[in-house]
Amino acid sequence: MRFVDEFRDAEKAHALAAKIAALAEPGRQYKLMEVCGGHTHTIYKHGLEDYLPETITLVHGPGCPVCVIPMGRVDDAMHLAAQPDVIMTSFGDMMRVPGSNGSFFDAKARGTDIRMVYSPLDSLKIARANPDKRVVFMAIGFETTAPSTAMTLLRAAAEGLGNFSVFCNHVTIIPAIKAILDSPDLRLDGFIGPGHVSTVIGCRPYEFIARDYGKPVVVAGFEPLDILQSIYMLMAQLAEGRAEVENQYARVVPWDGNLVALRAIGQTMELRPYFEWRGLGFISHSALRVRDRYAAFDAERLFEVPGVRVADPKACQCGEVLKGVLKPWECKVFGTACTPETPIGTCMVSPEGACAAYYNYGRMHRQRVAEAAGAAAANRGDGGLLS
Amino acid sequence: MTGGSEAPGGWIAEALREHAEHAEQGQPGEARAGHPGMTDREQQVLDRIDRARRRRPRVREDRITMSHGAGGKATHTLIEAVFLEAFRNPLLEPMEDAASLRLGDSRLALTTDSYVVSPLFFPGGCIGDLAVNGTVNDLAVAGATPRFLSAGFILEEGFPVADLSRIAEAMRDAAAAAGVAVVTGDTKVVERGKADGCYINTAGVGVIERGVALGVARARPGDAILVSGPIGDHGVTIMLARGELDIEADISSDTAPLAGLAAALLDAVPGVRAMRDATRGGVATILNEIARSAGVGVLVSEDDIPVRPAVRGAAELLGIDPMYVACEGRMVAVVEAGQAEAALAVLRAHPLGEQAAVIGEVTGESPGIVRLKTAFGGTRIVDLLVGDPLPRIC
Repeated sequence: MRFVDEFRDAEKAHALAAKIAALAEPGRQYKLMEVCGGHTHTIYKHGLEDYLPETITLVHGPGCPVCVIPMGRVDDAMHLAAQPDVIMTSFGDMMRVPGSNGSFFDAKARGTDIRMVYSPLDSLKIARANPDKRVVFMAIGFETTAPSTAMTLLRAAAEGLGNFSVFCNHVTIIPAIKAILDSPDLRLDGFIGPGHVSTVIGCRPYEFIARDYGKPVVVAGFEPLDILQSIYMLMAQLAEGRAEVENQYARVVPWDGNLVALRAIGQTMELRPYFEWRGLGFISHSALRVRDRYAAFDAERLFEVPGVRVADPKACQCGEVLKGVLKPWECKVFGTACTPETPIGTCMVSPEGACAAYYNYGRMHRQRVAEAAGAAAANRGDGGLLS
Repeated sequence: MTGGSEAPGGWIAEALREHAEHAEQGQPGEARAGHPGMTDREQQVLDRIDRARRRRPRVREDRITMSHGAGGKATHTLIEAVFLEAFRNPLLEPMEDAASLRLGDSRLALTTDSYVVSPLFFPGGCIGDLAVNGTVNDLAVAGATPRFLSAGFILEEGFPVADLSRIAEAMRDAAAAAGVAVVTGDTKVVERGKADGCYINTAGVGVIERGVALGVARARPGDAILVSGPIGDHGVTIMLARGELDIEADISSDTAPLAGLAAALLDAVPGVRAMRDATRGGVATILNEIARSAGVGVLVSEDDIPVRPAVRGAAELLGIDPMYVACEGRMVAVVEAGQAEAALAVLRAHPLGEQAAVIGEVTGESPGIVRLKTAFGGTRIVDLLVGDPLPRIC
């Protein structure tokens, strides 16, 4: 498959792995955070950690749109969906997120009209086809998906589509990164910057990380070689004592972002004073709501939204996992009470969630993996990858 | 963090209670000797998960959700907890694609399958082709020669008779191609809105003429695993045929009867341990069934698994893994070590197996777990599918 296979070339990976290993100072531990859940998914799906020396730890960050939605917000959505004549629409990822009374899937089985869409524009189609219903789109995601919600709002307004509204849960990445940088729990050496978010916001917003916190940032693509190369670029910065924002994903990410998309967001949405994030708590100016001008399409104004606050189940440690303080398997209920089939926490729901990625792809007996690699290496008569 | 104090109800509370009980029972003897380092702790967690996965499955939902029909974990749980529990008998317990029974001097295979695919007509076939081929294939991979089918139709008020005729003609042609006869049937009509056009159930009987004993539980370390051709064609075709995605690609369903291919393999290769047709849940689900039933590990190589470029491309765009996408004319075979080349040659000599490949092996390590060597050079797990990316695929 052209333009994909080139970025999954095992030979190039071996060469990069050797260069990364050469940059690692003996005895020094490196902690690099991949902010974006898409990167977490790639890392596990392709077994990328097998290429890294043991002294480099990848810490999974908060950039998983579904993972950061607090339980109360799911309950609010469920309440909206249960209103008379409402058709609730959302992305597939959202369907299995547990609220305190089950997920959208469970509500659907009980008869609530909840439909999965691939694009918010599909919700518009449903609204046009069902003029006697009120269609609500549950908008989630970072700056990556906000432009498509913005365009949908503009379209709905242009058409005067009175039976369509947006339940806006868009969040912004920078305040979350700042919260992590200010958290005393975690010492990080650098960041693999979120590629998709950056296609919209560009690279400038990360400059404070290098300038004020002295940490290198490399905005990365989503193929395994992209990530490996970004790790190499971070390690090179660390070896040379530099802290800069670099763009590995320049084939897609413009340094200044996408002005058309940013303008559409700015036109239809504004920052909320504060928003609750699962695990990270309330973060000021960290989320978007629909602007007054588009109030007619804002579900939070059209309907009574209870604004439920629900504490996460005590045993659930998604917060610590989202902040990178805990590895997924260090959570007490990981893989036993909480599985992708019956998730308690959001990190186990989305394919981009660190727990789901680790459970589905990485749940391997590392010792045995190491032993197998060692045996293979002995057969080849060389040191092997993991040695 | 938040002010709320209301504890989550339902199954979350139940799951946590169950978790606490198991944690209390504890396994103090299991604390590893040696260094209590990170790896050991991770190992202990993984062991704990293995134990949790071996526990008897329970259905936590109080209603059927779409996941229960997806052929993945939830389907398995439902079948084991409800149906196996209710009907338990030695013929059902192996949970193979077809039951193997003895009537007088004959060994027979019996199977049944229902078809709810949407849309009813798609590139490469229609629900009628699936209804014949799907049931024929369940018999074929059980080592039987398919002979007779039944056909039950549930029709929605208002369904065009012309469409029904097209479906019946497709079934006639598919039956002729597979060498089976439709010998009995049933027709029911429900009110408009109570069904979606046309659902079909077929049951099939075949004769097991060879003295073979097949079953995924027979897999042994060292065995080779083969697939009979490129995977995922049917699922991706259906997904695109629904027209919801605005993607066009030149792909058609692989629906086909596998009886000839299966018979050729059994005749030429005495060391065939098991065959399965890779329908709902795809090849990944079959590999997991092998690992779980036989208590072995499975190691496959991504580079060796045949996937058409158009299928890979569409799957990549949609964020789905072809390993989980349904096929309707492909099978997975487990053969004894040493007979892999012979099996491959037989499959490739058949028109339906031209692109067959050896994709991996059965191992003694990591019992119950399927591992994949990625094309990128890493290793990962391939687990049973959770959730339903694509309902009503067949």
